[in-house]
Amino acid sequence: MMRNCRPTRLLWGLSPALAALLSGCQGGILDPKGQIAADEKSLIITATLLMLLVVIPVIVMTFLFAWKYRAGNKDATYTPKWSHSNKIEAVVWIVPIIIVSCLAVVTWETTHKLDPYRPLESDKKPINVQVVALNWKWLFIYPDLNIATVNQLAFPKDVPVNFRITSDAAMNSFFIPQLGGQIYAMAGMETKLHLIANEAGTYKGFSANYSGAGFSGMKFNAIATPTQQEFDAWVARARSAAKPLDAEAYIQLAKPSENNPAAFYSLQEPRLFSAVLHKYMANRQSLAATDEQLKIDALTKRLCETPVIKEQ
Amino acid sequence: MLLGKLTLDAIPFHEPIIMGALGGAGLVGLVVMGLLTKFGKWGYLWKEWLTSVDHKKIGVMYIIVAMIMLLRGFADAMMMRAQLAIATDGHMGIFPPEHYDQIFTAHGVIMIIFMAMPFMTGLMNIVVPLQIGARDVAFPFLNSLSFWLLVSAVILVNLSLGVGNFARTGWVAYPPLSELGFSPDVGVDYYTWALQISGIGTTLTAINFLVTIIKMRAPGMKLMQMPIFTWTCTWANVLIVASFPILTGALAMLSLDRYLDFHFFTAEAGGNAMMYLNLFWAWGHPEVYILVLPAFGIFSEVISTFSGKRLFGHTSMIIASGVISVLGFMVWLHHFFTMGSGANVNAFFGIATMVISVPTGVKLFNWLFTMYRGRVRFTPPVLWTLGFMVTFSIGGMTGVLMAVPGADFVLHNSLFLIAHFHNTIIGGAVFGYLAGFAYWFPKAFGFKLNEKLGKLAFAFWQVGFMFAFIPLYVLGFLGMTRRLNHTDNPAWDPWLYVACFGAVLIACGIATQLLQLYVSVRDRKQNMDVTGDPWNGHTLEWATSSPPPFYNFAIVPRVHDIDAFTDMKEKGIAYAVPKAYAPIHMPKNTAAGIFIGGFTTVLGFALIWHIWWLAIVGLLGIVGSMLARAYDNDLDYYVQPDEVESVERSHFERMGIDVDNYTERDDKASRSGSRPTTTA
Amino acid sequence: MSTYVDHAHNAHDDHEHHDSGSQTVLGFWFYLMTDCILFATAFAGYAVLYRNIANGVSGKEIFDLPYVMVETAALLLSSITYGFAMIAGHKGNKTAVLGWLAVTFACGAAFIGLEINEFHHLISEGHGPQVSAFLSAFFGLVGLHGLHVTAGLIWMTVMMIEVAKTGLTGRAMTRLNCLSLFWHFLDIVWICVFTVVYLKGAM
Repeated sequence: MMRNCRPTRLLWGLSPALAALLSGCQGGILDPKGQIAADEKSLIITATLLMLLVVIPVIVMTFLFAWKYRAGNKDATYTPKWSHSNKIEAVVWIVPIIIVSCLAVVTWETTHKLDPYRPLESDKKPINVQVVALNWKWLFIYPDLNIATVNQLAFPKDVPVNFRITSDAAMNSFFIPQLGGQIYAMAGMETKLHLIANEAGTYKGFSANYSGAGFSGMKFNAIATPTQQEFDAWVARARSAAKPLDAEAYIQLAKPSENNPAAFYSLQEPRLFSAVLHKYMANRQSLAATDEQLKIDALTKRLCETPVIKEQ
Repeated sequence: MLLGKLTLDAIPFHEPIIMGALGGAGLVGLVVMGLLTKFGKWGYLWKEWLTSVDHKKIGVMYIIVAMIMLLRGFADAMMMRAQLAIATDGHMGIFPPEHYDQIFTAHGVIMIIFMAMPFMTGLMNIVVPLQIGARDVAFPFLNSLSFWLLVSAVILVNLSLGVGNFARTGWVAYPPLSELGFSPDVGVDYYTWALQISGIGTTLTAINFLVTIIKMRAPGMKLMQMPIFTWTCTWANVLIVASFPILTGALAMLSLDRYLDFHFFTAEAGGNAMMYLNLFWAWGHPEVYILVLPAFGIFSEVISTFSGKRLFGHTSMIIASGVISVLGFMVWLHHFFTMGSGANVNAFFGIATMVISVPTGVKLFNWLFTMYRGRVRFTPPVLWTLGFMVTFSIGGMTGVLMAVPGADFVLHNSLFLIAHFHNTIIGGAVFGYLAGFAYWFPKAFGFKLNEKLGKLAFAFWQVGFMFAFIPLYVLGFLGMTRRLNHTDNPAWDPWLYVACFGAVLIACGIATQLLQLYVSVRDRKQNMDVTGDPWNGHTLEWATSSPPPFYNFAIVPRVHDIDAFTDMKEKGIAYAVPKAYAPIHMPKNTAAGIFIGGFTTVLGFALIWHIWWLAIVGLLGIVGSMLARAYDNDLDYYVQPDEVESVERSHFERMGIDVDNYTERDDKASRSGSRPTTTA
Repeated sequence: MSTYVDHAHNAHDDHEHHDSGSQTVLGFWFYLMTDCILFATAFAGYAVLYRNIANGVSGKEIFDLPYVMVETAALLLSSITYGFAMIAGHKGNKTAVLGWLAVTFACGAAFIGLEINEFHHLISEGHGPQVSAFLSAFFGLVGLHGLHVTAGLIWMTVMMIEVAKTGLTGRAMTRLNCLSLFWHFLDIVWICVFTVVYLKGAM
């Protein structure tokens, strides 16, 4: 339980009691297991320290001034008409401006560096995962491996994972706190997220955006396997346990259900993700130019025959 | 068919908690009505309060509504904290999701729209016209109408407890969850109509006060000489005028989707839910500044008065408030960095957000330098202010942290976010309103609140706040997301217990405040404010009696300084007895506001339940009442000088000033720079 | 809308607070600002959604520019005639005011009639707002403007009755002034609607 989070200690060293309590921060965002999450954690600490430069003086001065100039203290100077000082005004405007400017530079750089859409640099070939948020479970499609899973995700450590995310239900947010930031899953729209695990382990993932009654149970495990071999074994296990996932099976799966256990499917429709996306596309007429698009269109039509949303 | 979607099943007879709450509320209502009948006060209530167009009485009624809604919203908060403290590690707790999800939605809506907004509006109503030396607001009837529209919305929200249900969408009601497909019942309709109606009322209030402030200031009061609370209210009203129509538009689009099968925000047929997010927060972010700017103004007034000093950097404060208002309009996207807008867009909005901390920081420093070389009296309003300065510094810091997109990606939607905005809204807005309540209470009612209980209430609130919300910061770091119904992470449990304990402490604070009100009313004779200036105030609201006469000022004062009343006291003219009084032009009370409010409630209820004939009745009632008002010629009257004279005489006599043998020299010699001695 | 004070009666009032005519007009300006933002919201919605025609028609297929030109002409004309009504009002010519208001009303009613006919035609052809986000935004924006014009017509009726009964009092003139602002404002909004929705859509 008691894990060592050194930079956390640095931050909370100002308050030893909290440091002791927080050192049990296993599983949270202060216990990162991947590069992105680690960068985000150190960003939180940098920004906080920078801001404490103003916040601590303000708090100290509040107590100090209130006490020194209490009504009972007749020794203190009393200047009832004094209400302006160019020097003080200059300082109180300029100091926050300087600090915010520093923070702005940090923000500009980190926002680009930690942009969830930016692919991660690695000598390993990334794994593609298509994510569909359903009521109320996560469907993970591995298009290159022809498998799909529900509420369980796996990838080898140190291999970048490219997520393409959408929703066939209300808006959700795809989030694995120990691996890095979240991104919304929205019907008819595709978002992207690039994560990597640098330590093997099983990490909690969930929806971070309320999406209705079964939202609390919309959780999954993200397994970062220590080696490629173990990942291949996981894929093989998934394949052996798999049920086929075709249009019919998807329509069944998309019906509302809560607290779903992990399940494995073999992918029968490689265009499933695109079809789910196109179900809600704003302008379906523009589709159907190539053979590939015609196929997606046909599948989309089949998915639309039983509209999931109206069934609530 | 006659009742639309409404059937007997809409009433939750099988829910003991709801039925208990309804029974309790009904009982309190019966007791109040019984007392009114027993003491024959119905006529008084109708003539003096419900039909009143007096801004002070309307303000008091706003605050009463706000306090009742505080109790309702806080009951929701207690239920949530209790649920989360119990529903851990496999337990499902007291509330199943279909009930719990209504509770957190109602908590958010009620606390922001029906507690904080009316509290702010109430204080603004009572104080702003007095501070600028006006006799009423520009449009007194409109003011009454705004209030009754709010009441109409409050009735609808609370009706959802007993008839049907409330929205289960969270207070932001994001589509497509709030669309018909996912929320087919009436909950979201209660939400949209209640917000729509109260939003229109708020917009009218803002227009009213802007005209009042621009057109009705006492002679000599330049814009830059207006008291700081009036200034922050001005900025808030500008924000209301600029942002509330966006909410009106967004809710109207959502209603069209739900009622007429439009496709503004649906997932199907090309609707765009993200547009709702943009529109909602284009209103929602200015809304938090609408709440907090007047609170900033209150802190400024309080800290200046009780330090016995002028406010440090009055101009700087006005500019800072303005900068906050303008920037507050340019940062809405920081509520959804996780939408995937791209790094440039996110970085722009993140940086714009953190720039707001500059003027906010300036304000904090200006309050500090107002205390500097002052004589700070630690009354309850000052304690709220000091508590605010510490609490809000932390809340501001966590806010800027979340403005950094890279950090927000892991903090967004977590309990860290919940802790942050409660830190700013409770520590900023609510502490401010409570400070203002204690500060202006004697002005509104003529006696002071009990100080000891006031301090105790502050202690409970402040300590309770720390216990309730610091754990939520920690839980955010531990990866706990918001709006969960139950949890299964043992590491979270202790923090959830502590947060629940904190909520109990805040409950003690609220109970202490109710006790304080009771004790203060009971002991009012010992705490009378006979001069009208209990705190040695600086601004014009203290220049008239407490409570002020219905016409506010017998002679409208001429203003020469920012601290207009201090200036009058120093010149020895603060308590000058006028030689003669002129007739005063005043508006007559009207029942049009309460009628329009009543018909609006009918219309809202009918629309929610699809009872179309009743909706037509409601609409015709509204139009009819408005026409009756429009053609009414009997709207105003003149208060005659002898009536003014008798009211003023009794005020002077209570202060111990002999009106008949008064000479100006007398006043200057004996009272220069100090208050008259009280006779009570 | 508020405390209207007869100017003659007000003459002996000692302080400047209750010059309520100018207050009312200023308040009405603020109201128009809020309305402007409401329209801006509807325009923003249209700008976001106008490409999202889903399985429905595009603007090019349904907009009949000559028809809309007639609508526009009716509304623009009504703005001019309202101006004549105000000129007559300032001269104190009650009959002329009522006459010009009646002409204005007729033009406004013609505009609304044409618009209702257009909507009816579209819906009966199967191009109702249920079809696509584009049509939703179109009906929403144009309908919002139409509702405003309708409210203006009701207000105009009320004013004609008031002027006929009580003459051109200070209160009536203040109200006519506000209605004038409202009416011209709706004209300006319509020009935007015409440009952004119809002209751009028909291109």
